[in-house]
Amino acid sequence: MTMTILRDGELAQDHWTVLEDGVGDIASAGNRVIVTLTRWRAEREALLAAHAAVGVLVPNTADIEAIYPGIRDRPLIALQFPAFTDGRALSQAVVLRKRLGFRGELRAVGDVIRDLVFWLGRCGFDSIVPRKDQSLEGCRAALAELTVAYQAAADEHAPVWIRRRTARAAAH
Amino acid sequence: MYRYDDTDRALLRQRVEQFRDQTRRFLAGELTEEEYRHLRLRNGLYQQRFAPMLRISVPYGLLESAQLRKMAHLVRKYDKGYAHFTTRQNIQLNWPKLEQVPDILGELAEVQLHGIQACGNDTRNITSDYLAGAAADEHIDPRPYCELLRQFITLHPEFYWLPRKFKFGFTGAAVDRAATRTNDVAVHLVRRKDGAVGYRFFVGGGLGRQPMLGQEMNAFVPESDLLRYSCAILRTFNRFGRRDNIHKARIKIVLREWGYERFRAAIEEEYARIKWSVEGEELLLLPEDIERVRAHFTAPPYRPASATRADLAGLAARDAGFAAWIKRNVRAHKMPGYRVVFVSLKAPDRVPGDCTAEQFEALAELCDAYSFGELRSTYDQNLVLADVAERDLHELWRKLDAAGLATPNIGLVTDIVCCPGLDLCGLANAGSVGPAQDIYRRFDALESQYEIGPIRITISGCMNGCGHHSVGHIGILGVDKHGEEWYQVTLGGSAGNDAAIGERIGRALARDEIADGVERLIRGYLELRCDEDETFIECYRRVGMAPFKTRLYESESEAAAA
Repeated sequence: MTMTILRDGELAQDHWTVLEDGVGDIASAGNRVIVTLTRWRAEREALLAAHAAVGVLVPNTADIEAIYPGIRDRPLIALQFPAFTDGRALSQAVVLRKRLGFRGELRAVGDVIRDLVFWLGRCGFDSIVPRKDQSLEGCRAALAELTVAYQAAADEHAPVWIRRRTARAAAH
Repeated sequence: MYRYDDTDRALLRQRVEQFRDQTRRFLAGELTEEEYRHLRLRNGLYQQRFAPMLRISVPYGLLESAQLRKMAHLVRKYDKGYAHFTTRQNIQLNWPKLEQVPDILGELAEVQLHGIQACGNDTRNITSDYLAGAAADEHIDPRPYCELLRQFITLHPEFYWLPRKFKFGFTGAAVDRAATRTNDVAVHLVRRKDGAVGYRFFVGGGLGRQPMLGQEMNAFVPESDLLRYSCAILRTFNRFGRRDNIHKARIKIVLREWGYERFRAAIEEEYARIKWSVEGEELLLLPEDIERVRAHFTAPPYRPASATRADLAGLAARDAGFAAWIKRNVRAHKMPGYRVVFVSLKAPDRVPGDCTAEQFEALAELCDAYSFGELRSTYDQNLVLADVAERDLHELWRKLDAAGLATPNIGLVTDIVCCPGLDLCGLANAGSVGPAQDIYRRFDALESQYEIGPIRITISGCMNGCGHHSVGHIGILGVDKHGEEWYQVTLGGSAGNDAAIGERIGRALARDEIADGVERLIRGYLELRCDEDETFIECYRRVGMAPFKTRLYESESEAAAA
């Protein structure tokens, strides 16, 4: 069964399956699976042998820089929002994108409400799984709620002080 | 004054529309109460006991006349004709209607005001020296740096959902007039011996439960690295601040639990990593960035030659009211011929910090006429006209007096700092305005106030400490004991350069004991001081708690002895 999520700012069918810890029959889980960091570390070879693609779900308490060598080649990293007010994974995302240079799919999962989506987009998440009761269309629209920003994050914005610097140089 | 450009204006407009939609969805039942709570807080909207409260950020305490006129209009149109100045230099509307708040924010946006991050677990409005640019003891004007940091922290996506509120305080002067070390981060602008400008960072201050003063984390961060170092602190807090217990979620708790060395090492390591990455490039401030913002805060066109008034002393000699006001509410200015004028919001029988629509209008007119169109709010809940020519002082005094804004009590016993307390606030355990008025009435006679001299009484209605009780010379904290209002008294707190957290003196006082209790403490001081020049706080530091304690509870010790 596929589900609809937001990918690259658009509604998209998702083809990843979450493989819960303790589920034994990894082969039956599908082609593309997401496993916890613990399971990835323990069963890396078996998982790679059984699936075309393996993504990793990282707890928001993990030191992302310390664990990155073990997950840098993953096609997908999922970060967790146990509550939409818990912003720890936002820092993990920014560090992954800006400092560590992760270019794979970066996914937000958990208590993702429409009003968190804008901030996720700015912090470099290109894959957003809204909470089940949320309007997907609303979530998509939320990505563009604010089109101006002061600071750079992990999106296309240059910080306003650099834009003003450049604007002034161009005016001279 | 910082002037918005198209970017600033567009951001504010879009933000108002974002909140309008969130409010619409809440009223339509699409957002739960709890979800909407976090969204409205980030737009300055609290739910108080009887009505919502809208907190309006006043960036580093700087206001101009158009904003004051707008406030007069808003409090008439949407509220009960008055607003309240807070200890964070902000303004609160006490009775707006929820469904009208988006409209209020829309009107505020027309004059560069908003409630963004005025509440909630995010980076709050930056507080700073209310004499910035005017003080003789200032080495560097903090306002351009406050503005640059304001832009960095406003709607920062990574730091929008912090573990708890997070406050910055700035100063660039010898005297700390912004209680900077009571903030999560204090930034002191410094100039090194070689002339280089930089920042001395303190981290881990905070009032409320377990009040603490910020500790020095870095004695000199270079001028280019304001945002880099701030980012390092914020990221460390976002990652490691506790989220399991709201009472242990401030950064001061991380510092306490880790210890100074580990905490400092973590900040420095993150700072180093930021410096040597793409982010470091983006966060680096060039001298031209700072100059561009500094150009918004140039000195007003002073005209010292025509500003002086030779017969000021003569005028004062003929008019005791004017003389008292000059002595108590007027201070020296760095520019010859100019003075700093305090506007007292502590008139008799008024709520400390309250300001009516008529007073907002009068202030707009007065700052246009006498202080280059600007007004500052202070952390003591008063206002300041920072650039007044001597020749205008007498006229200004008459007009302030007519508006009820010239009570000559700045820094004295009736200049009481006080949160709204149980009269309005949903968090409060006890009233704070009532006790403030009791104390005020007891010492209302100006002659006795003058004899007592400088003293700072601060009152909070709960331990969140908006009334800054823990840094008052006499601090009063309202507590609830089995449904009754009681008050704990602390002595020896200070928010200035000699910042200190006050110490509990003994058993709490009942509501009707407060005025008597404070009077006994002050009578004690008058007996104990070595001469008239020794202030209350100096005296307390010399003699210690014991003689004050004996005096406060004297009837009880007599009873025990008998």
